[in-house]
Amino acid sequence: MSPLSALLLRDLRLAVRLGGGALIGVLFFLIVVTLVPFAVGPDLALLTRIGPAMLWLGALLASLLGLDRLLASDHEDGSLDLLLTGRMPLELALAVKAFAHWLTTGVPLVLAAPVLGVLLNLDPSSTAAVAITLLVGTPALTFIGLIGAALTVALRRGGLLLAVLILPLNIPVLIFGVAASSAATAGTVPFRGPLLILCALSLMSLVLGPVAAAITLRQGLD
Amino acid sequence: MRTLMSLIDLATPSRFVALSARLMPALVALTAVAFLIGGIQAYLAPDDYQQGATVKIMFIHVPTAWLGIFAWVVMSAAALGTLVWRHPLADVAAKAAAPIGAAFTLICLLTGSLWGRPMWGTYWVWDARLTSVLVLFLLYLGVIALRHTIDDPTLAARTVAVFTLVGAINIPIIKFSVEWWNTLHQGPSVFRLGGSAIDPSILLPLMSMLAAFTLLFLTLHLAAMRNEILRRRLRTMLLMKADAAARA
Amino acid sequence: MQIVAEGLACVRGGREVFRNLHFAVDRGEMLAITGPNGAGKSSLLRVVAGLVRPSEGRLILHGGDAELSIGEQAHYVGHQDAFKPSLTVQENLVFWSDFLGGGGEVATSLACVGLYALAHLPARYLSAGQRRRLSLARLLAVERPLWLLDEPGSALDAAGQRLLADIMVAHVGKGGIILAAVHGPLPQAARELKLAGAGALAGDGRGAPEKARL
Repeated sequence: MSPLSALLLRDLRLAVRLGGGALIGVLFFLIVVTLVPFAVGPDLALLTRIGPAMLWLGALLASLLGLDRLLASDHEDGSLDLLLTGRMPLELALAVKAFAHWLTTGVPLVLAAPVLGVLLNLDPSSTAAVAITLLVGTPALTFIGLIGAALTVALRRGGLLLAVLILPLNIPVLIFGVAASSAATAGTVPFRGPLLILCALSLMSLVLGPVAAAITLRQGLD
Repeated sequence: MRTLMSLIDLATPSRFVALSARLMPALVALTAVAFLIGGIQAYLAPDDYQQGATVKIMFIHVPTAWLGIFAWVVMSAAALGTLVWRHPLADVAAKAAAPIGAAFTLICLLTGSLWGRPMWGTYWVWDARLTSVLVLFLLYLGVIALRHTIDDPTLAARTVAVFTLVGAINIPIIKFSVEWWNTLHQGPSVFRLGGSAIDPSILLPLMSMLAAFTLLFLTLHLAAMRNEILRRRLRTMLLMKADAAARA
Repeated sequence: MQIVAEGLACVRGGREVFRNLHFAVDRGEMLAITGPNGAGKSSLLRVVAGLVRPSEGRLILHGGDAELSIGEQAHYVGHQDAFKPSLTVQENLVFWSDFLGGGGEVATSLACVGLYALAHLPARYLSAGQRRRLSLARLLAVERPLWLLDEPGSALDAAGQRLLADIMVAHVGKGGIILAAVHGPLPQAARELKLAGAGALAGDGRGAPEKARL
């Protein structure tokens, strides 16, 4: 098995075996969405209007889960040292880890979104739009989050600081994700525009994330 | 008190496994008979003048709501057993009950959603009762996640026990709050699930189904406890194997 | 093959751990790095492994692969074991074997270190000594010429120590190089690099080989 496949398989296995992996993220997503009506009231018309935005907020918060452990656990048990002695560039190794994290955290959110759309009284076209934008946008959330994971790798309570650092960086993703979702129903702005920008953001993060994270980790080695 | 304590002492894991094996066939038979009786009575019960035949979803929806609460009560009793008496079977009972409780709660949500669809036009409105059950469902998932995340079994047992008891105190408060919240935003649709007084012709089948579902819970719970005991034995054997290899 | 260090210096946490360090180790040789706690033995090994950048000086590996860094041609065994508790013994070793390009004789390596019977046990059930043996299995499963061992004998019982000694002797017998930070003697005659701590240098490892004190 190639080093890349081996690393991907290991991270997938770990995500599944530790703390339920995908399921806790989906559970958190569900809880956040459940909180919305308690805050704004069960007015179904209102929920339909803000539904896409609430789903995106929930997904954004849920995608942060586990990011702080992504690199910290390898740092703590010495795996990070050995990853550096492998013959794979560190950037690539980090990208593979982020990809595994997206598969086990981001994709389940995308799959859960339609079910949660029912709770928020979204019609099928809205739900489909949200799901597509989440599919395109969650990689950006994970790969930018990777930078936060690298910045907080040596900290014990890194999770909260990671959120503080990364959430502002993810604002563009949120803006275009919600815009695309709302555009699918409201129809004043075309769906394609924001969606393509979302794609661009994700593609950019696929490069920026691992590169910045690698630079950060190497600084820490001095 | 002495008799009670000695009875509890009798319930050691190995005796429990033997006892449950003997009880299981009888329980299964009883459950099947109860469902048969309840099912026939439900089928024969009259339709609602307003909702038609869909009202019969109630015969599944209401018992599962009740059992969702009942499972948490069982878990709370087990939690006391773990924290106060340190009884070995208490945690087994708690661990076995949680997924069953979650499943019943989920069925309650799904049947409630299906029941309301013809009247609401949508699959979900934030109805007071259904919302409370949803929160209960989230709590079940949370307790399962909590147990899954903690490696050490003893620590997991105690942590889950504390959370269960906190939940037991909190659940009535949540239910009350949700109902209050719902009255704040009372929309024009007045349909409430099972709101009106229950006619005797429906009461009897409902009671039968309630009994049947309770028996189902007991059967599933007993089976799950047995499986959990066997699982723990397996884990102990693995640990002993590692230990033996270390000495070799 | 030869590893050469010239004028190495290292700063950790604002403190200079060692400076002006020179050594040269040839193929088939071991170097024992000794000194009190805090003298910089671990830091030196990490510098050689490429995990820490030296503040001064350089490292050269003669006769190695020019395309790869020194760390990529070395095994680094530090204080931690780099095994995931939720994966089995075999899964852990197979991963490192695949990742480090071993082409792996995983089963044989496990058997050599006496962990073959525990291959399917989750690593969380291993004792400290068994985890150390698993690290040794990694040394066997992946072929790399340079071994950087930081107190490899810690947590090992007597049988484990003998196993470690055999493995180390076999490695240098095949032409490998070992740099090991140890508190006691190495299994065969080796030169000693004494780090005095507090930034001062006591020995430079260039003298005649010292007989191992057995």
